[in-house]
Amino acid sequence: MNEITHRSERKAQAYQAQAGGLVKRALWESLRKFDPRVQIRNPVMFIVWLGMWLTFLLAFDPDLFGRAAGGAMYNATVAAILFFTVWFANFAEALAEGRGRAQADALRHTKTDVLARRIKADGTLESVPAEGLRKGDRVRVDRGDIIPTDGEILEGIASVDESAITGESAPVLKEPGTDMFSTVTGGTKILSDWLVFKVSADPGQTFLDRMIHLVEGARRQKTPNEIALTVLLAVLSLIFLIVVATLKPLAAFLHIDLGVATLVALLVALMPTTIGALLSAIGIAGIDRATRFNVLAMSGRAVEAAGDVQTLMLDKTGTITMGNRQATEFIGLPGFEELAVAQAAMAASWFDTTPEGRSIVSLAMTRGARREPSWDQAQGLEFSAETRMSGTNLADGTRARKGAVAAVARFIQENFKAPVPAELKEAAETVARKGATPLAVTLDGTIVGVIALSDVLKPGMRERFDYMRTLGIRTIMVTGDNPITARVIAGQAGVDDFIAEAKPEDKIRVIRSEQAKGRLVAMTGDGTNDAPALAQADVGLAMHSGTVPAKEAANMIDLDSDPTKLIDVVAIGKQLLITRGALTTFSIANDVAKYFAMLPAMFMRSLPGLGALNIMHLATPQTAVLSALIFNALIIPILIPLALRGVRFRPTGADALLARNVLIYGVGGLIVPFVGIKVIDMALSLFWH
Amino acid sequence: MTASGFWQIALVLGIAFGLSIPFGAYLARVFRGERTWLDPILNPVDAFLCRIVGRRTTALPMDWKGYAVSMLVTNAMMGLLVYLILSIQGVLPWNPLRFSGLNPFLAFNTAASFITNTDWQNYAGESALSLFSQMAAITFPMFAAAATGLVAAIAFFRALAAPADGGRNLGNFYHDFIRALTRVLLPLCLVVTPVLVWQGSPETLTGVAVAHLMQGGVQHIPLGPVADLEVIKQLGTNGGGFFAANSAHPFENPTPLTNVVEILLMMVTSLSLVVTFGIFVGQRRLAWVMYAVMGVLLVGGIAVTVCAEQAGTPALAASGIMLQAGHGQMGGNMVGKETRFGVTGSALFDTVSTAFTTGSVNSALDSYTPLGGMVSLGQMMLNCVFGGKGVGTLNFLMYGIFAVFIAGLMVGRTPEFLGKKLERREIVLAALALLIHPLIILLPAAWALASPYGVSALGNAASHGLSEILYAFTSAAANNGSAFAGLQANTPWYNSVLGLVMLIGRYVSIILMLALGGSLAAKPSVSATAGTLRTDTALFGGFWLATIIVVGALTFLPALVLGPLAEIFMMHPHG
Amino acid sequence: MWRPIAGGALRMTLLVWVICGLAYPLLEVGVNQALFPQAANGSLVRIGHRVIGSRLIGERFTGPAWFHGRPSACGYHAMQSEASNLGPLSRRLRDHLWARRARLVREHPELATERLPADMITSSGSGLDPDISVANAEMQAPWVARARGLPLARVQALVAGATKGRWLGLFGEPRVNVEVLNWALARSVAP
Repeated sequence: MNEITHRSERKAQAYQAQAGGLVKRALWESLRKFDPRVQIRNPVMFIVWLGMWLTFLLAFDPDLFGRAAGGAMYNATVAAILFFTVWFANFAEALAEGRGRAQADALRHTKTDVLARRIKADGTLESVPAEGLRKGDRVRVDRGDIIPTDGEILEGIASVDESAITGESAPVLKEPGTDMFSTVTGGTKILSDWLVFKVSADPGQTFLDRMIHLVEGARRQKTPNEIALTVLLAVLSLIFLIVVATLKPLAAFLHIDLGVATLVALLVALMPTTIGALLSAIGIAGIDRATRFNVLAMSGRAVEAAGDVQTLMLDKTGTITMGNRQATEFIGLPGFEELAVAQAAMAASWFDTTPEGRSIVSLAMTRGARREPSWDQAQGLEFSAETRMSGTNLADGTRARKGAVAAVARFIQENFKAPVPAELKEAAETVARKGATPLAVTLDGTIVGVIALSDVLKPGMRERFDYMRTLGIRTIMVTGDNPITARVIAGQAGVDDFIAEAKPEDKIRVIRSEQAKGRLVAMTGDGTNDAPALAQADVGLAMHSGTVPAKEAANMIDLDSDPTKLIDVVAIGKQLLITRGALTTFSIANDVAKYFAMLPAMFMRSLPGLGALNIMHLATPQTAVLSALIFNALIIPILIPLALRGVRFRPTGADALLARNVLIYGVGGLIVPFVGIKVIDMALSLFWH
Repeated sequence: MTASGFWQIALVLGIAFGLSIPFGAYLARVFRGERTWLDPILNPVDAFLCRIVGRRTTALPMDWKGYAVSMLVTNAMMGLLVYLILSIQGVLPWNPLRFSGLNPFLAFNTAASFITNTDWQNYAGESALSLFSQMAAITFPMFAAAATGLVAAIAFFRALAAPADGGRNLGNFYHDFIRALTRVLLPLCLVVTPVLVWQGSPETLTGVAVAHLMQGGVQHIPLGPVADLEVIKQLGTNGGGFFAANSAHPFENPTPLTNVVEILLMMVTSLSLVVTFGIFVGQRRLAWVMYAVMGVLLVGGIAVTVCAEQAGTPALAASGIMLQAGHGQMGGNMVGKETRFGVTGSALFDTVSTAFTTGSVNSALDSYTPLGGMVSLGQMMLNCVFGGKGVGTLNFLMYGIFAVFIAGLMVGRTPEFLGKKLERREIVLAALALLIHPLIILLPAAWALASPYGVSALGNAASHGLSEILYAFTSAAANNGSAFAGLQANTPWYNSVLGLVMLIGRYVSIILMLALGGSLAAKPSVSATAGTLRTDTALFGGFWLATIIVVGALTFLPALVLGPLAEIFMMHPHG
Repeated sequence: MWRPIAGGALRMTLLVWVICGLAYPLLEVGVNQALFPQAANGSLVRIGHRVIGSRLIGERFTGPAWFHGRPSACGYHAMQSEASNLGPLSRRLRDHLWARRARLVREHPELATERLPADMITSSGSGLDPDISVANAEMQAPWVARARGLPLARVQALVAGATKGRWLGLFGEPRVNVEVLNWALARSVAP
């Protein structure tokens, strides 16, 4: 997975330019977040905030709630520590939000005020500012222009630099009518030729606008999992509130006077403030991480859902294999040598401009076939879905054809009344069994042989699918190939299952059947016919280069148009949840040590025997309480990097993962505060009297 | 611990665990409507009883709400009936010692107490209740409360077993209730009662026998239908005794044999329900994990209590008592314990009783060493060490849901339990169930300690007094019923507050868990993969245990520090 | 749904009441009175027609001529069984223990340096405990023998006769039933 980290780091560096400003801005923002309307959104920190004000009052009038040990200095110190606790929590959230905003700012720079050339009804051009464009307007852009807004290409072919959106500087060829590459995005730059496109979004609704809005994340919704966790934390806090509130009369019965400041300190120490403070930052950072991977998630919920995915549906062509097949072999029927087949194939593909055709030509040349001069007078025949063949009408009248075996067979039967050679089927099956697609080549009524068109697996696929398997994710390959070819490729690639000869309806059918089994399904897609399946899937990743319907049906868009990006998104989703769980465990485990610090401190004076509980040998009751509280505050900024970066996710099975995380965050959470509080206490006792 | 003590405990626990497996399977068969060997005799009986209650009523399909409502309505009527009988017992038959009716507060407390399976008794049985009341107002709700708890647990199990209809028909409360009586409770009671009588437990309608003592003077010996009450008291994890001294009384628990029988009766249902749960949800390994976790807590508690009691206290040593067992005497802390049980038989009984929230005692808890008393208190605070009939398993599963939630996050998946996703609704319900317990323990305890109403009833001072009050409300909230009996709680204030705590602790908890079950049942199942958190492993069992201990400790440690822990430190001032 | 539930609840209440509150206890009374008449009626011991006590319920014995049972918080008043319920750190408990030991030492000075059996000066859980430990009985045997002028061996034999061992050799504690012992003692005095 190092390749991925590199890519995200590259992008991170792009934003790093504003790192220093980021911290400063976060510091300022975190002060603004002291507003109660902000605080109340986080129940745990809200209680801390209230406690801060309470102890602040007590600093001025220590006897406000009755005489208690402590004094103004002590109360003031408690208030100050609580202030820092809330501030650190605010800082965490502000920092996370700030990083998102930095990205948004970078994006905003690309959205300059451009003048667009709108095509009026009569065909003339008028100059209109980008904000003046509306959905349905036709706009023309020429070389060097910045595309003013999102649209669907109507005419022209051009090369477009989309680095403003994707960060990739390699230009993309855009042309109309194709499923992919027929849309343009506002803010990108056209490098060559010209385009006419139809505006597909009103101002403020463009892709760039939505990206900015999402990335800013200030008004994002809480995801269901986050809500559930917040409920849990709130109830735990409520329980501790009851414990602390009832402690005062319980202690009073034994003639122990507990000051309100100490009670507040105990409450704050007990509450899961660590996770409470960092929870929102974790969520924001999670979406932010996805964005750094060039994946635009429509909501935090989509990222979480990705972590839960159990079944992955991937197209074969372009995802698992290279987009274009390549000719790898010529197989001659009895009586024909390889050279003959190669020559015939080359003839049939001479005018074939597709990548497959060109690979046939280049393979033929390596097999010794040569261009014949008569071919200059020949005529090429393009592939048609009806004939399922393409070819060349040679100058001497010979019809050289290549295409699907069944189609070619029908061709020679209908046009030449020629019998189909028995060996043809065998040759085709030989090719299919190797995982390639057989194309029959014929010169008039004589089928000379078979071309093997092979898929080339993208590098590293096998490893990726093994990785998925350890996570418990089932992979399904979808292809239009015949079953034999599909099975071979599926075996080579290492997917768990495949669907051959797939039609668009098949995708939805499989998604539904998987969902009926209670599994969550993710799929990638780019074409309009993918849109229903993308909508049906629990996680739909659309390619940025795809059509608008696909992008709208999906809940995530990959700006790199790399379908295997889904694997990274799964990791990010899981990482998000793991970080939440780990910090929650750590937060609760911390409480044990804090009890050992604070309970003896509170009761030792009146119940001397309790000194035995003071296993950390803290100096005085007051330093003990303050140390625990300071630790509680300091642990927040210390864990901010972990919250923002996320717990490192290793692709292991659930049990190993649980063991590891329980060990680090559970046992660690038990031990770390003992050390931390002791150290702070030693430092504090040097000057606290 | 002595060698014989160790073997006593090991054998009793071994027999109990051994019995629970076939019994658990039997319970599963009874409540899944499968054939059992008693069918030929009992099927017609069931049918007859169902006809009386109403054919339509007992065939009505019920979801979790149906169960909740049926439970509340039936329990309310039964409680009301008990209240009435107790209030007018003066004019009812079989009242040989001419006791008058109980005052309204006491009657309310007693009715609430018995219908909630708590059996907290603010009265002394032999000097306050007529024989008719012991039968019709005490034995009766014991059966009802036991059956209610059992039925509630079964409904929950069915909901978790991923029913195909999403939980719309979990069964029928009345039908299940009748079966609980005819297949489980009554057969066992009918058979075990003669064993107790054989050993010396009275079973008669005579109210009292007058003995003319050899040294002169007269001793009035109270009698009555003791044995049959005793059996359902233990089997139904009720706990209310015929006599004030409960199972310390020689008539309730005459011999070591009856002691063993009574302990086994307490344990068998709650142990078996774990097995039944495993069968219902088709995950036997999960049942083993649950067994192990609760078993660790139980065995640990027993070990600590027995050792603490055998070690005694410095005060006992200072008064010249032989604390070491041997030379024909049992040693240890024998204050408030019976000779025939010794230290081991008493500590075992009482620890099991508080773990299984029965609440009966064969020795005085108030006189236990601080550590011994703390174990009992702690087990009730956790309220999930097997626990009372049905409700204990529910509580344990509630902790399980929290453990699954956090552990599930830590393996990077939306947490799921038994194939169902745990989302906001489930967490809210489980969290409320968690919240109720400390709420109804700590708030009333604090009020009692701060007001003369509460403090005037204390039998001991300072930390032990605090423990007495804390114990009372914990016992009520956990529907246990045992007490540090130095607390004279038969006052209007205590009767009312304890009564309310018992009612809330019982019904709110059950309803919350039923709602949780219903919510889970209605969800679609998610299939398990290599990435799913496995709940039936030792690793998760350990995490579950840690969750229970940490959450329980965090909630109750301050109160324990002021109570039993302070006493421990006072007893051993130099560590 | 409400009508059947309310009606059903009422019928269920009455049905369970009749079965569990009346039929079951009365049935058990009938059956057990037939099976175990002695035990079912309180294990009463009679001399002639007079009931002198129950084998299971302790009574208060005083004076040097009788074996004493355990201290009782209710004075062996059987209509109110209770324990002292004093906490382990209780001053009252400490005072009680000291007082009881002091009384014993006064009467039997040889005890001054000895440790006492755990049950001897501690009150029981029910206040009606009929038993004492074997060590307790053996400690009292010489005092009773001396007070009654009986050979020690005879008294010890009576103690052995009233001793019950552990059930199955494992459960419970060995114990001596004080009443049974004292009744046997009384019978053996008569020539």
